[in-house]
Amino acid sequence: MIKINQAKKIFQTKNGPVKAVDDINLSVQEGEIFGMIGYSGAGKSTLIRMLNGLETPTEGSVTVAGRTISSIKGSELRKARQEIGMIFQHFNLLWSRTVRDNIAFPLEIAGVSKAERNKRVDELIDLVGLNGRGDSYPAQLSGGQKQRVGIARALANNPKVLLCDEATSALDPQTTDSILELLVDINERLGLTIVLITHEMHVIRKICHRVAVMEEGKIVELGPVLDVFRRPDQPITKRFVQQVTEPEESKETIQHLLAEHPDGQIVKLTFVGISAEQPVVTELIRSFNVGVNILQGKISQTQNGAYGTLFVQITGDRAAVAEAVAFLDAQQVDSEVITYD
Amino acid sequence: MIEQWFPNVDWEKMWEATYETLYMTSISVVITFILGIILGLLLFLTSKGQLWENKIVYSITAVIVNVFRSIPFIILIVLLIPFTKAIMNTIIGENAALPALIIGAAPFYARMVEIALREIDKGVIEAARAMGASTWTIIQKVLIPESLPALVSGLTVTAIALVGYTAMAGVIGAGGLGNLAFLDGFQRSRTDVTIMATIVILVIVFVIQFIGDTAVRKLDKR
Repeated sequence: MIKINQAKKIFQTKNGPVKAVDDINLSVQEGEIFGMIGYSGAGKSTLIRMLNGLETPTEGSVTVAGRTISSIKGSELRKARQEIGMIFQHFNLLWSRTVRDNIAFPLEIAGVSKAERNKRVDELIDLVGLNGRGDSYPAQLSGGQKQRVGIARALANNPKVLLCDEATSALDPQTTDSILELLVDINERLGLTIVLITHEMHVIRKICHRVAVMEEGKIVELGPVLDVFRRPDQPITKRFVQQVTEPEESKETIQHLLAEHPDGQIVKLTFVGISAEQPVVTELIRSFNVGVNILQGKISQTQNGAYGTLFVQITGDRAAVAEAVAFLDAQQVDSEVITYD
Repeated sequence: MIEQWFPNVDWEKMWEATYETLYMTSISVVITFILGIILGLLLFLTSKGQLWENKIVYSITAVIVNVFRSIPFIILIVLLIPFTKAIMNTIIGENAALPALIIGAAPFYARMVEIALREIDKGVIEAARAMGASTWTIIQKVLIPESLPALVSGLTVTAIALVGYTAMAGVIGAGGLGNLAFLDGFQRSRTDVTIMATIVILVIVFVIQFIGDTAVRKLDKR
């Protein structure tokens, strides 16, 4: 669906040339939700803008839905853009238009007749759950509702690809979740390919199938979300993964746990994919003569399974504890006995 | 009572002068609006980072706008006499005042249009581009509607300035309330005529301001 071939973007600035995108190769499959994560200035914004021709690569090519976006111009490019929806961090709605008229805007651009437009707008309002708000102005809506209008507008011309530029970064966590759910729903119902950029691992975790980690214009890590979560390779990826798995103070927390619970063993269990649903802890208590004390833990759902860590304290006589730890090792769970450094 | 306070006012003449002032103002406001929008759009679109970024066109337009905006209006009228004569075939009467009024006010308004357009959120223009809108569509459906309250309040200010300009133009023979106040009022020492002309001008200005404010309030949905 999307193919980026050796794309580079160099901006000329007062302080010399800056490589915003540095030799990127990437392909996104049809129906996939693909995430790009990076801190600001990593080049992800420039990269996503290449997909609809808002930026042209200095070198290389970008193909979306069979069209070479990087080399077409004028009316051909405008036609191609009608098949690529985009939503934005700050929604970018026209304040001068009502919700209905905002959603109808891309249809007007595409030259759709008025009767047809009205019909389509009704469908879209229903799809994004804004029934009854059609005649409101954007100023009267909450952030989440504004982004719903943005999504409806982006979907108006039945695009093949939806680009999300930090679409949830201006929203509170609860609203973010509802918008992400809507995106997954649209992806499943319409088979729409979604490319999103973000700096929040939470967003990647929640809805993406694959993720690319960007740093200084390059993709430093790329793979299925669960794989990246399980084995983050680059330091930057580890930092992003920590955003959702462990609280920042986890090192101190572990030291604290060790000090508080001097007896028994403290084990860190890492669940990945299907094993997260297995009743490992229940099994542990039933099969061995040990006490299991859950100290802290966090399990997160991703698009292809759960991921999480759990700290447990296992108490009992020495032999039983050792057996229990051996049992855990045999499971599809990574376990690690925690000791003082 | 009015007859007592304004014994020298010839009401028929006063009404005629009011009509002339309104005529000059309204025609010049309409043309200033159109020219100002065109010039303002040109300034905005050719400025840095915009759709038609072009340093040469921007600089030339900016210089022309600045020059005409800087010439004091009373001097501009005199400078434009040959031009007025060539296109209007006369240098007296209401129509003769129009070229100077428009050339004086359009660059002034163009700058306000440019400022109004700059206030538009860049993201909205980007969104329209991402939807596949042409530049013409963006002008028509994004730039103008999204800056309309500022365009209208700028036009209100310009229209009020134009009322003042018509009065100045009146002094050199364009007719209207300025002409009446100067010839009948000042030169014949009939202060009451000058005061009455002033009152009428004030009423016109207040009405314009009121219409402008009401329109801005109605238009602004932010």
